[in-house]
Amino acid sequence: MKLSRRDFFGAAGVGAAGAVALGAGSWAAGRDAEPATATAAAGQDAVEFHGDRQAGIVTPAQDRLHFVSFDVITDDRDALVRLLQDWTTAARRMTRGQDAGPVGAVQGNEYAPPDDTGEALGLPPAGLTLTIGFGPTLFRTADGTDRFGLADRQPAALVELPAFAGDLIDPTISGGDLCIQACADDPQVAVHAVRNLARIGVGLVSVRWSQLGFGRTSSTSSDQVTPRNLFGFKDGTDNLKAEQPATLDRFVWVSGTESWMDGGSYLVSRKIRMLVEVWDRQNLRDQQQTIGRTKGSGAPLGQRGEFDPVDFTTQVEGDVAVPPTSHVFLAHPTNSGTAILRRGYSFVDGSDGLGRLDAGLFFLCYQSDPETGFVQVQRNLRTDKLNEYVQHTSSAVFACPPGVTGDDDWWGSGLFG
Amino acid sequence: MYARKTSLVAAGAASLALLAACGGGSSAGGSGSEASDDIAVSATDTTCDVDATELDAGTHQFTVTNTGSSTTEFYLYAEGDRIMGEVENIAPGVARTLLVELPAGEYQAACKPGMVGDGIRNALTVTGESQQLSDDEQLQTAVEDYTRYVGSQTTALREQTQAFVDAVNAGDVATAQGLYQVARTYFERIEPVAESFGDLDPRIDARENDVEEGGTWTGFHVLERDLWQTGDLSASGPVADQLMTDVDDLVTRVQTLELQPLDLANGALGLLDEIASSKITGEEERYSRTDLWDFQANLDGSQTAIASLRPVIAEADPDLAAALDSAFAATQADLAQFASGDGFLLYTELTTEQLQGLSDSINALAAQVSQVPAVVAG
Repeated sequence: MKLSRRDFFGAAGVGAAGAVALGAGSWAAGRDAEPATATAAAGQDAVEFHGDRQAGIVTPAQDRLHFVSFDVITDDRDALVRLLQDWTTAARRMTRGQDAGPVGAVQGNEYAPPDDTGEALGLPPAGLTLTIGFGPTLFRTADGTDRFGLADRQPAALVELPAFAGDLIDPTISGGDLCIQACADDPQVAVHAVRNLARIGVGLVSVRWSQLGFGRTSSTSSDQVTPRNLFGFKDGTDNLKAEQPATLDRFVWVSGTESWMDGGSYLVSRKIRMLVEVWDRQNLRDQQQTIGRTKGSGAPLGQRGEFDPVDFTTQVEGDVAVPPTSHVFLAHPTNSGTAILRRGYSFVDGSDGLGRLDAGLFFLCYQSDPETGFVQVQRNLRTDKLNEYVQHTSSAVFACPPGVTGDDDWWGSGLFG
Repeated sequence: MYARKTSLVAAGAASLALLAACGGGSSAGGSGSEASDDIAVSATDTTCDVDATELDAGTHQFTVTNTGSSTTEFYLYAEGDRIMGEVENIAPGVARTLLVELPAGEYQAACKPGMVGDGIRNALTVTGESQQLSDDEQLQTAVEDYTRYVGSQTTALREQTQAFVDAVNAGDVATAQGLYQVARTYFERIEPVAESFGDLDPRIDARENDVEEGGTWTGFHVLERDLWQTGDLSASGPVADQLMTDVDDLVTRVQTLELQPLDLANGALGLLDEIASSKITGEEERYSRTDLWDFQANLDGSQTAIASLRPVIAEADPDLAAALDSAFAATQADLAQFASGDGFLLYTELTTEQLQGLSDSINALAAQVSQVPAVVAG
């Protein structure tokens, strides 16, 4: 549940994070000096960084995203390992609502650049999660070079995605050796985290591309209200949820590979431009027939409530209620034969110079194997009526390792260890 | 830049007016001492023969004769490319002398035909008395070294600007195009100094979009536009004459320049920030596309300022000194990939990927250089 700004100030005295962040001494103390602990992200509290799984996957989806993909520009394996360790330390601090570095944004030597950039001073942890992933090119460059001695550790499942019909992929905003997904309930907290990690990585990594997202387009917990995407429809009603551990184990988490990826998950990102101006002039009936749900309640066509099961046999006036070319029909596990955990965000990147909003969905999904996850679903969408209104413009796949288990552990310890 | 930054470290301010007493403007230290020898340096476009490999500590004179076809420079470097003395702007067929005091140590004598790159280097060992300087003396020496460098650069800037202005006034487009980047190199190496005289930098170096509405656009870039975009020098004379006046003004003002050690550190970072913000984007030389020449000049100026401080840095933080050495070398090597003839490829000849590589390189270097002010401030 998102708290409004007024709610936030009203609730300031409740959480340790809010109290410290808003107190009179907050500037002198930097950001929260003590880790705030909370079991659930409530808009401002901290989400535990440590765990068997990385946070930011089944964590109830926060409202804001800053996603960044890096190229590694050093060939020095030891330098890369040190960076991953430094990043882990900074990530551990920032997810607790602390400055990125131990000195802080305003406490250090006047003649030295601060070890935190400062724009999150006074802000709570805001449910920040930082999730790392390793791209196929980290293991083997496009021309086959094994820069870091990792080629024999590349999982079979971590391969570039195939081309799909209708793709309009821009390679400059696709792929990458490393990614960081920063999700938070305050956009400035997410941007602060990515900016500081990029700053720490200077000379070793180079930002390849980055994407801001607002408005989660999926629920990942049954506690969350289903949000709407930029087509105006509820999105993610039938998404996998944190409360379905057995289903997650089957479709999201990697297991049984006896490799460093057990306990991890594969992330697919797709930037999907929505031709909203075209969509907006379609009549309501066509919009609903395209999606397969009613625009108001989100109920599957032919049903009454949002969470009524989709029934592909229900008929209305002699036709099947959910058209076989609708998005829900084709994407639904019943017809795609698989399931993925969606975690996407809406974006509006200004305008495109043709009088149109550059708007869409930055689609993120997690699965135990991209081939039987996203690839299988996407192939099934060949005849999706929604394709008339969307264009996929960027694509990437990353292997997200299991979680950082404690203070001595670090991102990639299993891979590099 | 120097005007905007407050210096708290007062140890060892120096001015060119004081150093001018040493004579020659390009000679180092050793005021009053006479050289006991005259070492011949024969420079061509591909060779640099120095008639000595071992010297006794003391003051030495080098006479550099350029028998090549490109303008060359001569440098005496201590460890970390700290410049002990240099002669700029040695035209073909010309001989110039350098008087320099060298304490015991390992040095490199280098000619730089075409004024770019690492130069052709010769090892030089000096034996005898070595210097033991206090921290304050080290800082003072750093400021003196760098102030001398500023003096020699501005002297060369005046000479080369005069030649450039003469070519513009003669309506000789080809010659003026050839001299444009030579003159600018001397300006770009010390740009933070020009920036410290608030009004001079914009008068000499403003881009068209830097000028307020209703203001007058003057300086190098007006002539750059005339030379490369319109090819019409019929109205360029007054602009060229004003440029000469402004450069003369800069040279005069530099005589009384008083720098602080922190100015060197901040100026070194400022030059890299210049590269990162306006060279890597191709904004600076939008008509001539010679942005990489400026890149090299800014980089040289930054490295010189840091090298002046190197003994101080090496004592306080040896790891940082080593990291700076390798970061400067790495960026020089990254830039050298795009060398072409006596200069560089045009900005427009580089791919986006190559520009991103240079951007990454300069950012990595700047991250190291940004640590220096705190070391200097102690």
